[in-house]
Amino acid sequence: MPDLSLLDPLIRKYKGRKGNMIPLLQGAQNIYGYIPKEAFEKLSQDTGLSLSEMYGVATFYAQFRMNPVGKHIIKVCHGTACHVQNANSITDAIQDALKIKDTETTEDRLFTLESVACLGCCSLAPVMMIGDDTYGKLTGKAAVKIIKEIRIRESQNDEK
Amino acid sequence: MSKTQVIVGLGSCGVAAGAGKTYEKIKALQEAENLDFMLKKTSCVGMCFCEPLVEIVDSSGTYLYGGIDENKVFDIINKHVVQGSPVKEYLVHTDLFKTPENEFLDDQVKIVLRNCGHMDPESIEEYEARQGYAALRQIAGEKISSETVIQKILDSGIRGRGGGGFPTGMKWRFAANNPSDEKFIICNADEGDPGAFMDRSVLEGDPHSVLEGMIIGAYAIGATDGVIYCRAEYPLAIKRLNIAIDQARENQYLGKNILGIENFNFDIHIKEGAGAFVCGEETALIASVEGERGMPRKRPPFPAASGLWRKPTNINNVETFANIPWIIINGPEAYAKYGTEKSKGTKVFALAGKIKRSGLVEVPMGITIRDVIFKLGGGIQDDKKFKAVQMGGPSGGCIPEYLADTIVDYDSVNATGAIMGSGGMVVMDETTCMIDVAKFFLDFTQKESCGKCTFCRIGTKRMLEILIRITEGEGRDGDIELLEELAYQIKDTSLCGLGQTAPNPVLTTIRYFRDEYEAHIYHKKCPAKVCKKLLTYEVDTEKCTGCTVCAKNCPTNAIDGDRKQIHFIRQEDCIRCGECYSRCKFDAIKLF
Repeated sequence: MPDLSLLDPLIRKYKGRKGNMIPLLQGAQNIYGYIPKEAFEKLSQDTGLSLSEMYGVATFYAQFRMNPVGKHIIKVCHGTACHVQNANSITDAIQDALKIKDTETTEDRLFTLESVACLGCCSLAPVMMIGDDTYGKLTGKAAVKIIKEIRIRESQNDEK
Repeated sequence: MSKTQVIVGLGSCGVAAGAGKTYEKIKALQEAENLDFMLKKTSCVGMCFCEPLVEIVDSSGTYLYGGIDENKVFDIINKHVVQGSPVKEYLVHTDLFKTPENEFLDDQVKIVLRNCGHMDPESIEEYEARQGYAALRQIAGEKISSETVIQKILDSGIRGRGGGGFPTGMKWRFAANNPSDEKFIICNADEGDPGAFMDRSVLEGDPHSVLEGMIIGAYAIGATDGVIYCRAEYPLAIKRLNIAIDQARENQYLGKNILGIENFNFDIHIKEGAGAFVCGEETALIASVEGERGMPRKRPPFPAASGLWRKPTNINNVETFANIPWIIINGPEAYAKYGTEKSKGTKVFALAGKIKRSGLVEVPMGITIRDVIFKLGGGIQDDKKFKAVQMGGPSGGCIPEYLADTIVDYDSVNATGAIMGSGGMVVMDETTCMIDVAKFFLDFTQKESCGKCTFCRIGTKRMLEILIRITEGEGRDGDIELLEELAYQIKDTSLCGLGQTAPNPVLTTIRYFRDEYEAHIYHKKCPAKVCKKLLTYEVDTEKCTGCTVCAKNCPTNAIDGDRKQIHFIRQEDCIRCGECYSRCKFDAIKLF
């Protein structure tokens, strides 16, 4: 059960303001990494926005996730320039290495794989973003190497 | 004598290429050796193909170095800064002599990108030192009327740079002529076209130019509030905009009675997008700002009459706004000097794909596509054959090589069946399959369709299914005609620009690459060797070493051969997955 009290400052900021639906959903997702069902219900109760409208908006926009995600979200760009520079091979390689499909999360909850439309770094195609870090001029091998290094760092941190 | 400056380009592209590490290394070196120079940050100058970029300005001139990863830092600083000797092999541009990359910059006219890469985007003082806010001050100081401002924009001939190409001055006049207690001005910073990053660079590199354009627009139309709708995929742009807005407020460029203009009260805030391409369409954008699903609305009424919260609203693209201060300061005639009769000024293009020099270029309208690709862009990567250039994103089309002398202006590009669009130019070579490209775009628009209009919602899906069949060897006689029939129906019956233009990539590829469609449908072949299911894989008997890697990895055991013997692929069992091709270390799998 997620800690719903974390939503209180967000609700205080946006309650009653016009056009607050999307900022509320974005705020909730920033807190939990996704929007839990309980969060929808609390937001609806406290702000008066209808649950059906909230689900309608949340399911319309690609940004919103209704399921928990891994610690690191791998966004592989599939924009035009990246597609032409074989972005498919990057996703294929990562799917192979992590044994998950696009939109899925690894069992250890470390990585979630997503395909995105365009990250705006077209000159470095093919590109992927992990968190706030962008990696360009990738090959399938290079992408997998970067991910393995993150995994190693994480297990070292765990040991500490 | 002023101090030597070392300026590192830290736009998103630069950082992705390692510029952050370059900056840290230079800083560490400066501290360790106690070197005397000014270390500064700037944004993207558009030469993305040779990031990270470091500019050194000293008493002898300006030197732009490319490809300076952290390993080259010591070399550059030691030789140029300490010993005073520029390192020619890393130079990509200087005014003092010609370098091979000079061609990228020489034909450009930087109006929109005038400050990008030349100043710290987080410093309002540097913006003001480069004529920033001089336009707004002139309007306030000389008490120029809002009608005069609108006339200047009309006279410049500037047309909307987001893709619509509607005369900006006319749009402003419509909004100005609708009296209301509340009026809005919106900056469309959603930049959803895959392959386009012009707006990102302006927002990251010169956010104040956009703010100043919006404030001038607000004055012209009588707006009371401003919104910048920026896609969430641009976190650096959002950060820079927030800093710029705070600075503008502190300096009285936003707020009440701006610069002493009585009753001119205006403020700007940011709304983040949530990942929906359709929200680049103005009525869908408005719905999104209002907190709803981004579904377009019927027009009329147009936003100028009834837009955000049903009040008069004017929406312009980032690039359009960035032009405004320059037009006011230099005059509409100076702007109209560039360009063609019906397409005045310059346009920023994002050159990407199979091109040697990719990045942002700002060129006067009227230059040919050939010049952009071969002169500025340096031609095709690996000197392969130029096949087509995709312009206008998913709403646009593919222009074939034999039309490369088409000039870049709204009407000429429209005549080819493509559109100018927001400025994305993706270059394709002989290894690009045009059906695959059409399928790619339709897959995109199909996912992004809001679902409101039946023909857009279902029609694009049907078109996509046909294209998938064609790329998998299941094309049928009549498919091309069916695609065309669906395409025209979708264009005719869709409410918004997404549906109306989604079929364009298919229509232009049929128009110019019909032979490729026919090869896929009737001969079950992909000439560009992209569509996996249409390829025939064979072992090259001269290169095969019998290492058995391919046979071991074949999912259907379709490869015969003992160790150290030439292998053989049984075609009847081959499922054309491409595994052997990607695994072979000896380049011994041939594709037909």
